[in-house]
Amino acid sequence: MSACADRGAIVAERIFALIDCNSFYCSCERVFRPDLIRTPIVVLSNNDGCVVSRTPEAKALGIKMGEPWFQVRRGFEAAGGVAFSSNYALYGDISERVMTVIEGLVPQLEVYSIDEAFAELTGIQTDRVRMGREIRSQILAATGIPTGVGIAPTKTLAKLANFAAKRWQRQTGGVVDITDPKRRDKLLQAVAVNEVWGVGRRITERLGEMGIRTAWQLAEADAWTLRKQFSVVLEKTARELRGTPCLELDGIAPPKQEICCSRMFGERLDELAPIREAVASYAARACEKLRAQGSVCKRVRVSIRTGMFNPDEPKFTKGMLCELPYPTDDTRLITQAALAGLDKLYRPGFAFSKAEVLLMDLCGRGEFTDDLFASSQPANSEKVMAVLDSINAKWGRGTLRPGVVPAAPAWSMRRELMSQSFTTRVDQLWRVSAR
Amino acid sequence: MDSVSILGPVAPSPTTIPFFLPTVPAGFPSPAQDHIEQRVSLDELFQLHRPQIYLAQVSGHSLTGLGILDGDLVLIDKALQPRREDVVIACLNGDPLIKIFDIEQQQVVLRSANPAYPPRYVLEGEELQIWGVYVGLCRQGRNCG
Repeated sequence: MSACADRGAIVAERIFALIDCNSFYCSCERVFRPDLIRTPIVVLSNNDGCVVSRTPEAKALGIKMGEPWFQVRRGFEAAGGVAFSSNYALYGDISERVMTVIEGLVPQLEVYSIDEAFAELTGIQTDRVRMGREIRSQILAATGIPTGVGIAPTKTLAKLANFAAKRWQRQTGGVVDITDPKRRDKLLQAVAVNEVWGVGRRITERLGEMGIRTAWQLAEADAWTLRKQFSVVLEKTARELRGTPCLELDGIAPPKQEICCSRMFGERLDELAPIREAVASYAARACEKLRAQGSVCKRVRVSIRTGMFNPDEPKFTKGMLCELPYPTDDTRLITQAALAGLDKLYRPGFAFSKAEVLLMDLCGRGEFTDDLFASSQPANSEKVMAVLDSINAKWGRGTLRPGVVPAAPAWSMRRELMSQSFTTRVDQLWRVSAR
Repeated sequence: MDSVSILGPVAPSPTTIPFFLPTVPAGFPSPAQDHIEQRVSLDELFQLHRPQIYLAQVSGHSLTGLGILDGDLVLIDKALQPRREDVVIACLNGDPLIKIFDIEQQQVVLRSANPAYPPRYVLEGEELQIWGVYVGLCRQGRNCG
């Protein structure tokens, strides 16, 4: 990240755009279900726990973000609403298509999350609002996903412009350009401070105590006070709101320093055997991610816990760090270490709800210094893993897996309302009728 | 040039230099070596990498006259604007149909290519969305195992 650019320097004015998909998961569910075009839709989190995405029709029914599904289910279904389990295979594919469309239209792109991307439009001479509309309509044509586009001199302002594009969808046509300082100031005054990128609930509360309630008041706040009372990050946010770019587009994400695979079980587990299956399968998945980024790891942490909210249940949570003999990416070795850790952690008599496998102390393959007396990963281990990965890439994840993991485990996530993998499985393709 | 300037000693370098090439061709070099090209790719031919291309599976016999059979996989371009006589995915009142798109006196007609299936006139008040345009066909021959 570079230092803040001086105001009024003689360089082309920086222009950023944020393109954000509307109710992304729900919109994906609609792509192959034209019959649901006006139906209220929600998508549920892992294990069908909470609402994580809502269409405007579902919002109009009073469904809140994060609400537990079992609480809203009856009312929602009675009103004709349809719920889906998270279908990440579908969302991932549609997201890739959306990003590919944007990539073809802008000079530089940062994929910020599954449904948002920043683009830099600096130096582009054409009408920016028109360009925003072009991006929107091409994404809609290629994928059917509606989006909003915010355009501004900084990333934080682009995010805010995008918020305005969504809130005032009808008036703005989904594109808001606040490069003009007058429009920018008007928007800052109209928006509450908690809608600013990076301002969470706790910061909002503390800002409120200082009398800062709108985005405009944050932009006007004294930089030194913000830095002292909060952080440099919030100071930068305020500067960005004033129109001084402090954040650059992040290109390719640096390799992760830790890799985690953690999931709730579909049902409570009290015996060791099924928990071992789950931990082995999470370890195998984490190792796939590890090899995909070309790293090896030196330690693995395994942890298990019971549910934390049911007052009648005895609670238990414990983790353990397991050392590996040498930095490795071998599924067999890492799974073995994780299972050995689990065997020590496990206590009978508890209803366990979740396990986690965390790979730690990662470094690039071939980047670590060998211990003179330690053994290192044998070459044939790399060959075996390469074969494992290529077989799973060709025949589907989990085709080759540790022997402990069954093909259809009883503990796997509850996803009872899952739609088809329309674009990623040839046996689940969309069926069109020639009748 | 007969003057020489000494730049200093050569520093050791971590780069290793092989003594010989790892493979020594022993036989006659392949006459095709200079003519090797990428094998034809169906992905490229149908431009499957483009974000607007989708696969769908046909169920039914109404397009047999065009050689589009029950169970065939069809490639759909979602971004193309339909022209008359195009085969399209038409979502009529929410149902995805594969039909021939036509316009007759400003009324949309969805035609078939099989005499057993009469044309379907889209009435006012019905909901029609042209989802995409048919651009390619895949059918497996004898199962190649």
